[in-house]
Amino acid sequence: MAEIQEGGGGQKGGKKRAKKQSTRIDMTPMVDLAFLLLTFFVLTATFSKPKSMELTFPAPPPIDKKQDEVKNGITFLLSKDDRIFYYEGEFKVADDAVKGPKTTLKELNFSRESLRKYLLDKSKVMQDQILALKTKFEKNQLVDTAYKRMVRDVKADQKSYTYLIKTDDKATFKNVIDVIDELNYNAVGKYVMVDILKPELDLVLEKVGIN
Amino acid sequence: MSKKPSKGGAPALDMTPMVDLAFLLVTFFMLTASFRMAEPVVVDPPSSIGKVDLPDNHVMVTIDEKGRAFFGISNPSAKMSALRIMSTKYNVPFTEEQIIKFSGLPSFGVDLKDLPAYIDTKEDARKDFRGPSGRGQTGVPLDTITPNNQLKDWIAIGAGEAVKMYDAARRDAADKAVEFKAKKPVYAIKCDASTKYIYVKDVIKTFTDLKLYQFNLITSLEGGGTIIEPER
Repeated sequence: MAEIQEGGGGQKGGKKRAKKQSTRIDMTPMVDLAFLLLTFFVLTATFSKPKSMELTFPAPPPIDKKQDEVKNGITFLLSKDDRIFYYEGEFKVADDAVKGPKTTLKELNFSRESLRKYLLDKSKVMQDQILALKTKFEKNQLVDTAYKRMVRDVKADQKSYTYLIKTDDKATFKNVIDVIDELNYNAVGKYVMVDILKPELDLVLEKVGIN
Repeated sequence: MSKKPSKGGAPALDMTPMVDLAFLLVTFFMLTASFRMAEPVVVDPPSSIGKVDLPDNHVMVTIDEKGRAFFGISNPSAKMSALRIMSTKYNVPFTEEQIIKFSGLPSFGVDLKDLPAYIDTKEDARKDFRGPSGRGQTGVPLDTITPNNQLKDWIAIGAGEAVKMYDAARRDAADKAVEFKAKKPVYAIKCDASTKYIYVKDVIKTFTDLKLYQFNLITSLEGGGTIIEPER
């Protein structure tokens, strides 16, 4: 339909017409082909490369060596129906005079007000320190090398938490990724995936029910 | 022309810009297209804020909702030599044609004994594949209890071959003093969002048994279908 040749008629001076005519080609087949190819490539194109999240798992400790006690541990226990529980510190099977009362689980969910708020609260001390350093730095009371070092010190502080992520049989991969995401984003400290222990599993099952 | 009274005749339209554009787009898509065969399973990974692109050179294990594991290597020549080694190890013969055809396959999820038949199956019939053993795509066996952990062998051999090829290519580039840009192969794990984590754990256990500790977990970009969205 590019240029439909109008055969004859209507114009004056029949002699010169032959020259003017037919310098144009019918482009229709070409356009058809072009769009056919275009459609094909658009539909088959795999555009975005998949994104990925890098995660390093701990090497199992040598058998004869006892695993290091985790200080300032916070354990997240993931279960079915996107439920997430946590406890802080060491796991205590029963009330203990020295270590404190028996561990109970508290529940969180994957919303802004819950898990994220919790993590932000936990790292608030450190975030505040970093913020304080930043204001100092901006007022030129600190040189930038000192500032960088101090921020690093705050992050490596003993008081920062180690987050342990454990799952029961029914937790989904999505839950795990979501927790890691939140930790990457909002928490100061380390995190690690660990196998769930029997007493912990029992506590979770108590909360969610066996089935 | 404007003076011409509109006759019943056909209106003319200059199509040149449109054709230009169409061909420009065709060229673009042709050049950017990377053809990929349909994966044996559809897996919808969860979204995350991770922004690292999956490196081109990877050894990937895909786990679907039901916990079946599918194995794939991005490097076709590593894939071929891995199959040769597996073939000798498990005493399952493959023809040269099958090995070449295998290198073009995406990931697969069948027992090695069923693999020759799986390779010979037509692409659109693979979905309903039934091997000589009567089993379909049950996933690459990864029993950690019985000594039939084929996935472990695939990973060990496949990764070994991929690394070997990478080293060879790097040495080659160094000899010729050309710039070498390729990356070392990485281990990727792709799971459906609703895959139970215990299945993933089995696969990760297989990796860690081989002293491979660093993974790229495949996720889709954040946005849509997720509860958590990043702020800041």
